Amino acid sequence: MKITTKFWIGLVIFIVLSPLGLMIPDHFKAGSAWGEWGAEEMQKLVGYIPKGLEKLSSLWNAPLPDYAFKGWEEKGLTHLSFAYIISAILGIAIIVIVIFVIGKVLVKKRD
Amino acid sequence: MHIPDGYLGPATCGFFYVAMLPIWTAASKIVKKTLKAKQVPLLAIGAAFSFVIMMFNVPIPGGSTGHAVGGVLVAILLGPWAACIAITVALVIQALLFGDGGITAIGANCFNMAFVLPFVGYYIYKTISYNAPMDSNRRMIAAGIAGYIGINVAAFLAGVEFGLQPLLHHTANGQALYCPYGLKVAVATMAGEHLLVFGWVEAVVTALVVKYLQKQVPDILQKGGM
Repeated sequence: MKITTKFWIGLVIFIVLSPLGLMIPDHFKAGSAWGEWGAEEMQKLVGYIPKGLEKLSSLWNAPLPDYAFKGWEEKGLTHLSFAYIISAILGIAIIVIVIFVIGKVLVKKRD
Repeated sequence: MHIPDGYLGPATCGFFYVAMLPIWTAASKIVKKTLKAKQVPLLAIGAAFSFVIMMFNVPIPGGSTGHAVGGVLVAILLGPWAACIAITVALVIQALLFGDGGITAIGANCFNMAFVLPFVGYYIYKTISYNAPMDSNRRMIAAGIAGYIGINVAAFLAGVEFGLQPLLHHTANGQALYCPYGLKVAVATMAGEHLLVFGWVEAVVTALVVKYLQKQVPDILQKGGM
């Protein structure tokens, strides 16, 4: 088997296992990464929401915030895991397309 | 380590966008010169790998989470410039599609994770594995150490960027406008977490994959480094 084929299979395995990245932190009651809190969490941490942070934090509305579907925040871990896998597939698909486009542009003049 | 929107002030955001411009330009030029068409799939796999490995959040029980970046491995396989492009693409997609890392902080996040991390890791790997046979354990250990140091330098920088904000931007009564934690707390936390936990994840991932490649396709390691 070609090594790139093995790599693609490896990526599929990573995608399938990716919900572990949700479940394990959940099991150990770990919260957000340091410095990646939402405005409400910030209020709890330091007692106020920094003005600039409040303004800028809502600057961008990502279509799949935190690798989940909008409105699924309160759903259980099973739903979130499903959304996580879909996010991984979608993210990787777009990344692969973008890199192939970059590759086309950068290496077109040779070969 | 994905700095969100609102944590860095405009000066810092602008500074890192400006700093990244010549780096992205150089990366495109160098990759254009050295990347072969048949290496493009490997570049895509590298970017996808970095993206998905960052989804594996590792907990500090009762505390925060973090993850590996996989960037040192991509640099070992494809060279630091190609790694810079691969990780940049992963970070931009994470910011735009998933809100992981801010739009305004793309410059800073790319500087830490797509520039400093792969370059530091790559040259440490090259130095430690210098003249080592392709199948040697020294090469695997070099990869592990490179991963550990690469991610730690990046995390330290992120800590400095966070920590400078209260100095740069605050209201008259001392309230921070952006990240409220100063250098002491931000650097100690970012560096501490990565030195103790997440750095080891990067080290193990990098070393294990290099070990696997030594067995399966040793020539892929030989070609590495454009």
